[in-house]
Parts: sequence; C-alpha cells; structure tokens
Amino acid sequence: MIQEIKPIRDRILKGGAQKYHDKNAETKKFFARKRIELLCDKGSFVEDGLYANCLDSELPADGVVTGLGKIQGRAIALMANDSTVKAGSWGARTVEKIVRIQEVAEKLQIPLFYLVDSAGARLTDQVEMFPGRRGAGRIFRNQARFSGVIPQICLLFGPSAAGGAYIPAFCDVLLMVEGNASMYLGSPRMAEAVIGEKVTLEDMGGAKIHCSTSGCGDFLCATEEEAIEKAKCYLSFLPQNYRACLPSVAGSDPERPVTDLKSLIPQSDARAYDMKQVIKTLVDKGSFFEIKELYAKEVITGFARLDGKTIAIVANQPLVKGGVLFVDSSDKAARFIQIANCYSIPILFIADVPGFMIGSKVEKEGMIRSGAKLIYAMSNADVPKISLIVRKAYGAGLYAMCGPAFDCDATIALPSAKIAVMGPEPAINAVYYNKMAELDPEAKKAFMAEKIKEYEANVDIFKLAGELIVDQMVDFHEVRTELIQRFGFYAQKHQDKDRRPGILPM
Amino acid sequence: MDSHDESWLHVWRLIMAIIKSEMAGTVLEVKVKVGDTIKGGQEIVILESMKMEVPVSASQSGKVTEVKKQVGDFVNEGEALIELA
Repeated sequence: MIQEIKPIRDRILKGGAQKYHDKNAETKKFFARKRIELLCDKGSFVEDGLYANCLDSELPADGVVTGLGKIQGRAIALMANDSTVKAGSWGARTVEKIVRIQEVAEKLQIPLFYLVDSAGARLTDQVEMFPGRRGAGRIFRNQARFSGVIPQICLLFGPSAAGGAYIPAFCDVLLMVEGNASMYLGSPRMAEAVIGEKVTLEDMGGAKIHCSTSGCGDFLCATEEEAIEKAKCYLSFLPQNYRACLPSVAGSDPERPVTDLKSLIPQSDARAYDMKQVIKTLVDKGSFFEIKELYAKEVITGFARLDGKTIAIVANQPLVKGGVLFVDSSDKAARFIQIANCYSIPILFIADVPGFMIGSKVEKEGMIRSGAKLIYAMSNADVPKISLIVRKAYGAGLYAMCGPAFDCDATIALPSAKIAVMGPEPAINAVYYNKMAELDPEAKKAFMAEKIKEYEANVDIFKLAGELIVDQMVDFHEVRTELIQRFGFYAQKHQDKDRRPGILPM
Repeated sequence: MDSHDESWLHVWRLIMAIIKSEMAGTVLEVKVKVGDTIKGGQEIVILESMKMEVPVSASQSGKVTEVKKQVGDFVNEGEALIELA
C-alpha cells in the first residue's frame, strides 16, 4: 500500500499544539514559518528535513525549520526554531538539521540566517544531542569556522539560553526584539539559587541591556517585522561570501547639501557637535545604516553608500564623551573593522578624536588591551582605507583612526584639521613643567600664550601637508566628490586572501 | 521600620533619580540649582575632560533636590552629579 504524503505533511506544517500558537500570539510572536514567509521572496523557500521525527506527532520537524530561500533574488540558507514544539528546544534531529544547513551554506557559499527562539538543550535527548562529534558543539564550531567566509545573521525573537546563547554570539550581527528576545547563561531563577542575586529577566539579559550595555546586540527592534526588515537591509550592503562582489545600487545625492559641512564644525576646538550630521552631507541620501547605535556611542559604526557603492564608516562622535575612545568603543570599532575587512568593504575613517581615555578607571578596565585590539584590527584590514581628518587627530587617536602609518590609501585633511601627539596645553605643561612652576601667575599666562602660538605653528596642517604627512587637503564642500573618486581607484587594491590571521592582542 | 515605612522607601527609590557622570573630568559649569524643574534631555552640567567640553544631559525630567558637585570638582566615571525627584 502506498501511503499519502499530504496528511502527514499538513500535520507537520502546523507545528506544535494550538495552545502554544495562542501563547505566541499573545506576546506578538510569529510562528516560525510565518517569519520565513516574511524574510524570503514569495514562493522561494525550499525545505530540508521537514520529516525529521515525523513518526512522533509531538515533534513536528523536530522543532526547527531549515532550508534555502531567496532575499531580493539572492540565495540564502536559514534555520528557524519553532517555539511551539517543546519550546524550540534542541533534540538529536534538531541539532543534526542545524549542522546540515550550516554545511549547505558553506558549500554553496551563501549567507546564513539564524532565526532563534529556543529554550536550549532538550535534556531527555542529551546523549544524542550534546557531547558527540555532530552534537551541539558542532554548531558553534561551524559558526566560528565560517566566520568571515559567509555572512551569518542572527534574529533573536525569544530566549536564547545557556549554550544556545552562543549562536547569536558567533554571528556577525544580532537583531533583537524588545520585550521578547533575551540572552543569558543562567536564568534569573538559577541566579537566585546559585549566587543569591534577585534580578528580572529583562534587567539581566533583555534586548535593551544587550543592545546598550553589554554590547552583545546590534539592533534593538520594536517588532518582529522591524527586525526582519533590518536584517534584509543589512544583507543589502554585503556580498554573498568573502570572495564575491559587493552589491551596488544607483547613486543619489546626500540628505544634506555638501555645502552644509562647513557650518557643522564649531570654531572652538573644545566644543561638541553631531558627527552624524557630517555623515549626512557625505553619503547617499538615506543610505547610512548604523550598527550598535545604542552602545558605546562615542564612536559611530555603520554601512553607507557612496554613489551607490557600499562603504563602512568608523567615525568619532564629539557629542558623546567628547569623542574620546574608551574600552567599549574600541572593542566596537575593532569588531566592525573586521567585518568590513572580511567582506572587502572599503572603510572611511572620520576622525575627530582627542585620544584614548586616561585615568585609573579605564586603565583598570583594560584600556590598553582594547585600544590595542582596535589598532590591530585596523592595521590588519587591507581593504581600501581613507582617513578623513575633520578636526582633532591627537595621540594614538590618529593611529586608531587609520593615520598615515597604517597603509591608509589617503589621509585627507579639512582646513580645520589638527594632527599632533596631544593638544597644545598639555604638551606645553609637559615640556615646561619645571620652568612654569617658577613663574608668577601673570608671567605664566603670557608664557603659555606664546608657547601655544609656537606649538600651533609647528603642527599647522599646511605645514604637515608640505611635509607630505597628509596626502590631500580639501575644502569642506569638496569632500564627497574626492571620496567617490578615490574609492573608485582604490577598488583595485590587492588583498591577500591567503594570509593567516594573527593573534588578537592581550 | 514598619511595613508602611518600607513601602514609602520603595516609592521614594522609584521616583528619585541620580544623574551620573559618564566619564572622568572636572566640573566646568553647573547649569541648574536646587529647586529647578528640568526636562529629560536638558543639559545640566558641563564637564571638562581630555580638553573637551562634555555636556551631561538629564536622563529624565524632574525637580533638582541636590547638586552633588561644584565647579572645579573632580568627578570620576559613574559618580553622582545631580539628584532629581
């Protein structure tokens, strides 16, 4: 007798029991298959392993949907936990399906999406799913090995607990839905039992905490639709894999006219201003796509388009903490530079930086360790790099923002640019400390004024251009055109794809 | 302390807010005084740090109940500047 496929398939496609669907609906969570429908082009999804555990009516697809689809015509692979089946927990077949779709994505060299909503390991299956060669550890191993080879994008719609929390951690980018997404190694209940801490889930591992404080999350999204749209937008800047060409679109004029740039830079060196407005005068209208917007805001990281072509931007933000580089902002910039480098995205550094933060607080936090990571990542990025010096580039800040010594393809200075080991006052204090201690206040002031004048003449930006330290000086309204032309030429730059990675400092 | 006091303390903690410094520096200007009503986002203190003027804004609206630092004081990252109720 030949059995009918349809009744079994229909049962599996419905997922878990109705009460779990209802529960999801109450918290504005979509069914896993609905999420796939929203993510992929209509009718493009082809599924693998639909019949995993099909003889057990309690385990449709074993709680995970895997397969291939298209996003705006581009092939992608995906896995989506089904939280209506045993809370999306991982059984033996679940893990095998995830490992297989990872292998498929690697074989086809296409981006891989992880739609995560899972309670973690299914304890009843632990021997089959946890310790072995193709156990859950293999998922993380694959993620780590495919890192920088194919884009890996995680959308977190629900919990991602204990070991499961490492799926988002190993992705290039993490989008989290506020109120539903959470990541933690031990639940609040466990924290209370083991260490005595009383804390809510939202406070310990909620989306907001991870996107603003821990730095684990990149995008805080109000709804699942928003997370899915943002994930598609993210993909639109990236190639299919590390060897593929970058996508490009038709170019457009910037949101703010290029002539606005001059008025955005304050006369006083100490005054704050909003670097995001500067970016709006440079890149194609509406193209700036900020990553980790809520985290370590003194540095801005994001993709944008310049005449239709993808670039990565690392910019100091004088509006927050004076634009000084801290521990978290250094880590944030370092990681973003690595993403850009892996996918051959040219990097524009926009510098206005007083330097790395000093003081006992940051030294204890490992300022040197994180600062070194940033300089390491930037040095090892061999994509086209342009450093635009808007105002200050002081001390190691110049180095971090891709100064001339770091194979910068061009250091471009605006007339407001200043490059020095440090600002005039601290420099003069350091050099003439003993002499100034002997002077009375009046004489000290006059001495300082005179020395500041000398100091500024010595590091005058035209003098530095004369010494060939900066490659080009441009007027404010000329920057955009200069960048478009130069990135056009530098696209030819040779990248050594076979170079072995070094050791991340400290 | 009876349970009535405790619940009051709880309410007080909820309505009181402390505005802290995000980085180490010296107080350059205090733009509010005790009794002022301020709005979330309003600049309340300007610090000088790394030779930059660093504005500190209120994270929420409220009435200033205490100014904890004066012009010229050193303030470390995370230290309280202003208390609101």
